[in-house]
Amino acid sequence: MTVEGFTVFAGAALFVLMLPALYRVAVGPTSFDRLVAVNVIGTKTAVLLVVIGTLFGRLDMFVDFALAYALLNFVASLAVARYLNRTRSMPAKKPAKRRTPRKKKARAS
Amino acid sequence: MSMDVADSFVGGFSLDLGFLAEASVETIHSGLSALDVCGMILASVGLVFFLGAAVGLYRFPDFYTRMHAAGKGDTLSSLLILLGFGLITLDDFSMVGWLLVVKLLAIVLFIMLTSPTSTHALMRAGFEDGVEPVTKGSSSKNTKKEGES
Amino acid sequence: MYPFLIFFLLLLNWVAFSGKFDAFHLGLGAFSALVVTLLSQDLLFSDRKKSLGDRLSEAGRFLRYALWLLWQIALANVHVFKLAITGSGQAEIAPKVVTFKTKLKSDFAKFVFANSITLTPGTITIALRGNEFLVHAISEATAKDLATGEMERRVAEVFEPEVAV
Repeated sequence: MTVEGFTVFAGAALFVLMLPALYRVAVGPTSFDRLVAVNVIGTKTAVLLVVIGTLFGRLDMFVDFALAYALLNFVASLAVARYLNRTRSMPAKKPAKRRTPRKKKARAS
Repeated sequence: MSMDVADSFVGGFSLDLGFLAEASVETIHSGLSALDVCGMILASVGLVFFLGAAVGLYRFPDFYTRMHAAGKGDTLSSLLILLGFGLITLDDFSMVGWLLVVKLLAIVLFIMLTSPTSTHALMRAGFEDGVEPVTKGSSSKNTKKEGES
Repeated sequence: MYPFLIFFLLLLNWVAFSGKFDAFHLGLGAFSALVVTLLSQDLLFSDRKKSLGDRLSEAGRFLRYALWLLWQIALANVHVFKLAITGSGQAEIAPKVVTFKTKLKSDFAKFVFANSITLTPGTITIALRGNEFLVHAISEATAKDLATGEMERRVAEVFEPEVAV
């Protein structure tokens, strides 16, 4: 087993293991399921970029792509989570009954 | 896995990347050093954990339990694979190699910080949106389907 | 005191990410770090009354905590792997939502505690309202583990030794 062979194997395995997550993106019953799966795929794409960089012998270049991709992935999933949260709870109809009333002072988050 | 299997993965066409490799760091050597072996073991363990996360994402019954698989498995498997490839890269101990490892460590640290945070944000969004958690007794998978509310 | 620390941290980041050591690039880095420090140095290190020695010992304790946390993350992954792959693991899934109050005061300690809960076996933080944590546990056993409060004690030892129980 050579390093190059292992690198190709790792890349292929990463790709194959993304398929269950892709299934979750396609059929996931709620939009949040899809979002989780997209998040997982995004993180693993950053890792895959590092693997590809090792294979091409240009890791010094690809590691920057991976860093930028990890940053963008985090910001994107956070933004979509906030967006779904806000839009669903905004309409004039009453909020869900389960939801406990927010204390205005104590809300530190 | 031998080299010819690796070639068959790529599908017959050769990777002619000489134009990329001209000014590059030599990361792939023909022989195997101890660091290479350590890196391969780390990356393999990471792949096994990612297998657990992927199967969990596919099989678990509801949104919250899937979150368990995604939030935990994703973090550690990314960490292990990145560290493993960091070790594989680091066999000539040059300045550029160390800088690469520092950058990889930065990615690792970043993923360690942000993965739980985005998990938490998604959990909270789902909870406030009213996705019902399954409990032991209930047989229904997800009481709320997309498009309601 | 703190602005200088932030400036050098930013400059260190610049040097690590650029990887070039000639005067031009280092000068650019120093300029950028200076501008960022002037504009937004109040975002980092909210509690300015702590001395740097306190910070340093806090960082040391945090490193020890991080090692313990890494071990817990490994355990959590083995747990998830078992739940996902084996049939008996599938039968063990019995999720429940737990609420409890925390004694931690500072926002950063709460942030670390919430992230640690997410990364340790079988529990995820859903929401944090003031002092109240809403936690989703995947089975009875993990909920019981959380109720012992061992992790909260460890986080308190790192960040707020004065309130440690």
